[in-house]
Amino acid sequence: MELNNSKIKIKAKNLNVYYGAKQALFDINLDINQKEVTALIGPSGCGKSTFIRCINRMNDVIDICKVEGSIQLDGSEINEKKVDVVTLREKVGMVFQKPNPFPKSIYDNIAYGPTIHGVAENKDQMDEIVETSLKKAALWDEVKDRLNEPGTSLSGGQQQRLCIARALSVSPEVILMDEPCSALDPIATAKIEELIDDLKKSYTIVIVTHSMAQAVRVSQKTGFFHLGKIIEVDSTEKIFKNPDNKMTQDYITGRFG
Amino acid sequence: MNSLIAGVILILCLSSYFFGRSEARKLVTKNIKLKALPAYYGYYLSLWCGLPALIIFGCWSLFEPTIIKILILNNFPLIESKDLFYEQTLSFFNGNFSGDITNEIKAASIQYANIENIAQNSKILIIAAALVGSLTFAYKKIKQNNKARDDVEIILKILLFTSSLVAILTTLGIIISLLFESLKFFSTINIFDFLFGTSWSPQRAFVRDASAITPEELLELQDAFGSVPLFAGTGFIALIAMCVAVPIGLFSGIYLAEYASTKVRKYSKPIIEILAGIPTVVYGFFAALTVGPFFRTLGESLGLTVSSESALAAGLIMGIMIIPYISSLSDDVINSVPQSLREGSYAIGATKSETIKKVVIPAALPGIIGSILLAVSRAIGETMIVVMAAGLAANLTINPLESTTTITTQIVMILVGDQEFDSPKTQAAFALGLTLFIATLFLNYIALRVVKKYREKYD
Repeated sequence: MELNNSKIKIKAKNLNVYYGAKQALFDINLDINQKEVTALIGPSGCGKSTFIRCINRMNDVIDICKVEGSIQLDGSEINEKKVDVVTLREKVGMVFQKPNPFPKSIYDNIAYGPTIHGVAENKDQMDEIVETSLKKAALWDEVKDRLNEPGTSLSGGQQQRLCIARALSVSPEVILMDEPCSALDPIATAKIEELIDDLKKSYTIVIVTHSMAQAVRVSQKTGFFHLGKIIEVDSTEKIFKNPDNKMTQDYITGRFG
Repeated sequence: MNSLIAGVILILCLSSYFFGRSEARKLVTKNIKLKALPAYYGYYLSLWCGLPALIIFGCWSLFEPTIIKILILNNFPLIESKDLFYEQTLSFFNGNFSGDITNEIKAASIQYANIENIAQNSKILIIAAALVGSLTFAYKKIKQNNKARDDVEIILKILLFTSSLVAILTTLGIIISLLFESLKFFSTINIFDFLFGTSWSPQRAFVRDASAITPEELLELQDAFGSVPLFAGTGFIALIAMCVAVPIGLFSGIYLAEYASTKVRKYSKPIIEILAGIPTVVYGFFAALTVGPFFRTLGESLGLTVSSESALAAGLIMGIMIIPYISSLSDDVINSVPQSLREGSYAIGATKSETIKKVVIPAALPGIIGSILLAVSRAIGETMIVVMAAGLAANLTINPLESTTTITTQIVMILVGDQEFDSPKTQAAFALGLTLFIATLFLNYIALRVVKKYREKYD
């Protein structure tokens, strides 16, 4: 079922993922709409993170991981050997569960991506990229006077926004967020959620979360995973008010998981 | 006799552990609960049994010979060379003296027998008293259900403290002895001549009786102890070694940590570490018999004069020897860089080598520099390879094809064989040791500062 006639940005078809002999995802079919927030919920170990790591081919890093099936980004297949992961990851950014700023200055953390992709032609351009990225991540005002301090000196919430700014620095189209608030306190969480709300105007966002409330607050579409299968995907409103599936109902009301 | 006493004390210690534990268990009734596990009462009794007795035993055994010597020599104030006389007495007493037996020696050995006997008996008596006293004291404490846990903790803390104190005092002792012997050396040889002189030929100072050096001879000796060629040689060989070891070690460390599969890593890491286990003398003859001649033949075919003992051969082999220090340690530090940093870098589109170069290595830098430093100090301190492969000639040269020598090699050369300990030649070894020590200390200090300044902290 399509909402507001949105364009499909990412389309997963019959996706199966194996870690060695163990199958982690079973026949996943999921459409992710452009410029919308899609939340993935489900108990721990159900394959949500595995799924989003397929979208930017991060599972390539794990030797024993094998991905079968199809994922299309803007209609072109990304789950093929010949696809250049560097270009793919430039388009699909990722924010991790635990803030992982590089042990470099705030400035260098942001400048890292643009340097690698050769985006900026000179120092002025780089300065501008750093500034706009930090502004988009709502961190500029807090750090503009100390861009040369190490990124690790920031608070947890600031570090996470720095990581978001880092992901934004290469102008991606999609941002994957793997439980971005699970290591943060409620105030920092609120700030990130506000930011996500703002970012969806220009980016397609997929967020994995354990917080039902967060899924309700930030997302338009929600997918419920259980034991490596998608149980139900629908508009967030429908999922949380009137889910079709009994398991979804049980999970969101906290009866299992 | 002494081993018997020590054995008795140890057996008592062991049995008092079990005794203390069972006594503590007996204390438990419906109303009384032990203040610690029964084993603690065992430890408590055992420690009280052993420690005082062992301390008395140790001190007694340490000081007894000196005190007996003083007592006996006091009775023979007329003897001239007292140390010799006392040695003769002792060997006569033990029945293996072969010289002229004088009446004094006979008398002294009878006295020695008496005093020794008294000392032995009183030692046993005092130790027995200490055992009984401390055991009774500790037993009474146990009966009162004392806080055995706290007391055992305190005693253990004191024991650990004493151990670290011993280590520190030993280090201090070594430094002080280095310092004093060096001062003696610098009283004959000017310190500036030593530090900045460019000619090293200590064999010129070989004289039968050091106290009989004439002022003219002394003047002539002044320029025999210039240590510059040695320091230059040490630095030069270490530099060649590092040129070999740092790239190979670092790259193989990176390969092992980042690229090698678990299986490759599991087997290749121990194999590389075997390099560190080969005795340096084996490296030495490999360098002297294989690598040195190889370079000479190679040089000759190119029309170069290569000495069969060359800095290049020694440095090269030394470099191979220290590869595992660098590769193994940098493999460990690179592995300890959190995976999340790598993923952060991959996720933004960095390739593996970009990630290694820009994220992993900077984060692991303090550890890598630490491993390089360890390797440098190993290179500076290495002796055997240099003795065998680089020669003994103190040439001041930067030609890697000539023979050269290092500080440690010269210390060995100075101290092998029979030596007078008050000749400037022998004392020069201490001066060299001290200078080497200060230089290494300074290097370490600088490196620590550098690491502190440039480290990228990731947690």
